[in-house]
Parts: sequence; structure tokens; C-alpha cells
Amino acid sequence: MSLLEVKNLVVSYGGIEALKGISFSVDEGQIVTLIGANGAGKSTTLRAISGIVPIKAGSISYDGREITSMDTQKIVEAGIAMVPEGRRVFANLTVLENLKIGAYLRKDNAQIQKDIDHIYKLFPRLQERSWQLAGTLSGGEQQMLAVGRALMTKPRLMMMDEPSLGLAPLVVRDIFSIIRRLSEEGITILLIEQNANAALHAAHYGYVLETGQITLSGTGEELLASKRVQEAYLGKGKKHK
Amino acid sequence: MTSKQTFTHSKKVDLGTIVAGVIIVAIYAGVFLLEQVIPPTSMLFTVLKKGATYALVAVSMNLLNGFTGLFSLGQAGFMLIGAYTYSILTIPLSQRAAVYQYYDGGLVQFSLPIIPALILAGLVAALFAFLIGLPVLRLKSDYLAIATLGFAEIIRTVFQWDKMGPITNGSNMLRLFPTFNDFNIKNAQGEVVVYLSTLIPFLIAGVCIGLIVALIHSSYGRAFMAIRDDEIAAEAMGINLARHKQYAFCLSSFFAGVGGAMLAMYQNSVQAKSFTSAMTYEILLIVVIGGIGSITGSCIGSFLFVACSEWWLRFLDQKQMIGTWEVPLLRNGFRLVVFSIIIMVVVLFFRQGIMGTKELPDLFRRKPGVKSKRKEGAAK
Repeated sequence: MSLLEVKNLVVSYGGIEALKGISFSVDEGQIVTLIGANGAGKSTTLRAISGIVPIKAGSISYDGREITSMDTQKIVEAGIAMVPEGRRVFANLTVLENLKIGAYLRKDNAQIQKDIDHIYKLFPRLQERSWQLAGTLSGGEQQMLAVGRALMTKPRLMMMDEPSLGLAPLVVRDIFSIIRRLSEEGITILLIEQNANAALHAAHYGYVLETGQITLSGTGEELLASKRVQEAYLGKGKKHK
Repeated sequence: MTSKQTFTHSKKVDLGTIVAGVIIVAIYAGVFLLEQVIPPTSMLFTVLKKGATYALVAVSMNLLNGFTGLFSLGQAGFMLIGAYTYSILTIPLSQRAAVYQYYDGGLVQFSLPIIPALILAGLVAALFAFLIGLPVLRLKSDYLAIATLGFAEIIRTVFQWDKMGPITNGSNMLRLFPTFNDFNIKNAQGEVVVYLSTLIPFLIAGVCIGLIVALIHSSYGRAFMAIRDDEIAAEAMGINLARHKQYAFCLSSFFAGVGGAMLAMYQNSVQAKSFTSAMTYEILLIVVIGGIGSITGSCIGSFLFVACSEWWLRFLDQKQMIGTWEVPLLRNGFRLVVFSIIIMVVVLFFRQGIMGTKELPDLFRRKPGVKSKRKEGAAK
């Protein structure tokens, strides 16, 4: 059974439908990616799942439970974490404080300290900068912190919104290797990317989102091989004709 | 709250915290000694009493504006509620007829001890904040400021309304309630043996500010700062925005209410018309001069501000002669001109305020390259 099941999801912003009834599912333990151009509705999808934007129609279920229109707080508690677009670390708080805020809803204090240590092991750079204000970190470090902060919520499903946005190619490679590593640790990942090439190489399964509708789906390899994806998102094929 | 407290690292008390603690104890000891030595009519005590009162209100405003990022200008309104609650509840029964002379002794026919009345002053202010917060906290930045400013003006008018007279004494003064001077210990002849009238406001403000500092270092405080830095990310971490804003608003108003009660004790009388928006701006100035996001800054700023406005700059209001030469411009009201210029200079050239976001212990801490800004940096 899939961990996350989205059915006919419709979200509209003041009369304009950003999502026109999309359906997709994320299987436990997989990396699933939604790719698409600007304004296709990718971020809206994530925000709808985490309850930040209201849903007009459709249903979302997680682990067999209906979570449509639930409070964000409940959704986070249930084990869905989000790494928001543009990293959005808490700039005036230290790295450590950022991580602690990730654990805001948890009460198992002893385990929290262990998790912080684990995240520091995953990202040694964060440990070095533990007392530094998050706003003074580089873009890549901030992205690591955003991922670390989301991990502190103890997620089963981690949703990442454009983790490669605005980062240098080498850093992007690091981020994707981290994504694979998290997946190996058993965390299911729903990844949203404009960088279709990198995302599809990392993903087990992918969906192509175009103006609020899913137009294609398949395994990462299938989509990479698809002519349509190649032309529209990978910059291959005949462009000037 | 206990389950939400910061989990303990191996807490090592560092030098900075110790030095800060020593300084604070020394200040309290100094205040106590000065009061026994210097005549109580000295300007110094006016400044210290009002300074302690304003420090508490400034810290409460900082909690909201500096730490939670909610720009509210309702402070004078909540102080008014606190001041009235305190004075209405503590006027001795025997004096009520004299105070409420136009309203047949008023409706309230009981009198509470000082401490419960102080706490109630905070609670009533917090209750008002809760009710106002329901609609108003949906607003952002400037709009929130306008709405809270409006609330403060409305409260000021409502409390002066004649129909409210049996409770608030209408537009007449409330007086004859216990003040700071009543804390002085007197002997049988009525002579003061031990002066406590300045130490007590320091103690009340100190306890309240201590509570605010503890709050800021708890996980609630972190949640407030997360909301200030990025609402969407805070929400994505499962922090309930509406609820936490409401907490911050009510807590800030609680302490503003207690501060209002202290102001009543300092002034010996209360009248709604004195709680104008100018009072809120004074508090805001203190917060800005001290440094938005620094508790220490708000405290230092408060004493500096009160000292300047009540004492050090007073000479500007009188004619001054140097030899036979009369200094030009000095006349009644000139103080305020100079004051405004100082404020402009601060805002233009010291935008961080006196302390920036630093706190007292940070000044005695050497951590090259580490910009830890709060006491928490102590735990390694």
C-alpha cells in the first residue's frame, strides 16, 4: 500500500485553479519526484498536503488515514515533514536552535539530543557552525540545515521543495547524495524539482506536472527516456525547427 | 510548560552568566544602600522608580515586537487597564467614599492586598488582549500596529465614560491606593526606619523580567522567534501560528498590565487621559534605543530615557547664564527639541540601538567568531 495517496486534488487561488484534480501516490521507502515548469503547481501540491493552503476538492490520505484539511500541526505530528522552497531557515537563530525548533512538537527529550547528534554526523558542517546564526550560512549549508530541521520532526515522509534551487552544481550533487542517503535510512521522499535531470536520476518514480495536471508518469528511467520529457525538461531534442 | 522546557545539555555556567549575576545583585544592593543614605526627595529615586516601571513595560513590548515580530502599539492601553484594575481593587474601603465622591462610593466595595491586585492587573490586561487578539492578530505589521493603537485610544475613552463612573470614577482621578511609599518601614512615631520604596519596584520589575527571560529561553520563546523569522517555515515545523501569536500577545499584555499598576503606584494617582499614545511611543523609543531583541537593552534604555526626560535635560527648560551672557534658545519646552534630536541621531547612526541583540552576559564572554546572542550560548 502506498504511504501517501492523493486523489483528484483541486486547489484554487481566488478562482484560478492551480491544481485541476491531480492524483498520484508515493510508496513507502521510495523517492518520488514531481517535475514541471514554473507555475505548474508543484509547490501548491506540497503546501496542500501539509495543510498550509486550503483544498477545494479531492482527498489526501497518509498511511491509510484521511488527512485532507487537517491542521498542519497534526500533519507534522503524523510524520510528514516539509523542507520549504528557498530553504527558509530561521536566520536570526543559531543552527542548534533551528534544529531544536524542528523538534518543537516532540516530547521525547532524550531522543531529541540523539537525533541532533545524528544530524551532526550526517552534516558535519552544521556541527562546526552550531553556534552561528543560520542567516550567516552559505546557501548549501542553509539547505543542509533546512533538511536537518525537517529530520528533527522524525518524519516518515519528507517533502522537499526545490532543494537544488540557487545552488552551485557541486552543492546540488551533495544535496542529491544526501537525498539518496536519507532514502537508504528508510525515509520516504517526495521531491519537487525543476532540475528534472538530477531529480529523475535519483527517483524511483516520477510524475510530470503541467499547468495543474499530471500529464506523464513512470519510473525515473522511463521518464528520462521519454521523448516528451527530454524535449520539454532536459533540453534535448530538436528545439529549433 | 514543564514538558516543553529546554532539555538540559551538560549545563556549565560560564563566566559571562556569573559576571552578569554579580552585576544584577550589585545593582539591587546599590539601590537599597542609596535609598538609606540619600534623602528620598532626590531626583535619583524618581528616575529609578519610573525607570524600573518603564523597563518592565519596554521588555514586555520587546517580547512582542522584538522576539515575536508582532508590531503592536497598544501598550498604553494595556497599561491603563492594569493601572485601573490595580487602583480600583486596592483603594481602602474607608477611602472609597472620598475617591468616588460623584458616584456614591462606587460599585466595588471590597479591597484586595497589593500582590493579588498586581497579578489581577496583569490578568485583566491579558484577558482584554485575548479578546482583542482574536480579530486583530490576523493582521500583519503596519495594520496590526494601527489596530492596536486604535484599541488603546478606545480604551482610554471608554474608561472616562460617565456611565462607567461607578467602577472607573469616570474622568476623575483614582487615588489613595497603596503606593511605593507605603512599602517604607516606619516606627511607632511614623518615622521611616528602612526605605524600600525604590527597592520594591526593582523587585517587582526584576521578577517579571526574569519570567520573561525564562520564557524566551524556553521552547515557547524559540517558537516565537521562529515565527518572527519566517512564518511559513515555522508553520511547516508544526508551530500553530494563531495560537502562538495569541500567547505572545496575552503574555506581553499581562506584563504591560503589571507595569501599568506599577506606574499607578509611582504616580500616586491614576487618570485615564494620561495614558496617551505618546506613552506608547516613549516605550517604543526605549525599545529602539536599547536594541530591538535585547532585554538588557530595554532595561538600560529605560533608565537612560527616564533620566534624560525627567532629570538630566531639565536644565534646558530654564534660562541659564554664563557670566553675564544668557545662553540663547533655552526656554520652556526646549528640552523636548533636544530630546528629539538625540533620538534622530540614534535612529540614524545607531540603528542597532545600544545593545543590538546582545544581552548582559554576552558582554563578558569571549568567543571569537561566534555570534551567539543569547544566554543559551552558555551551554556547550
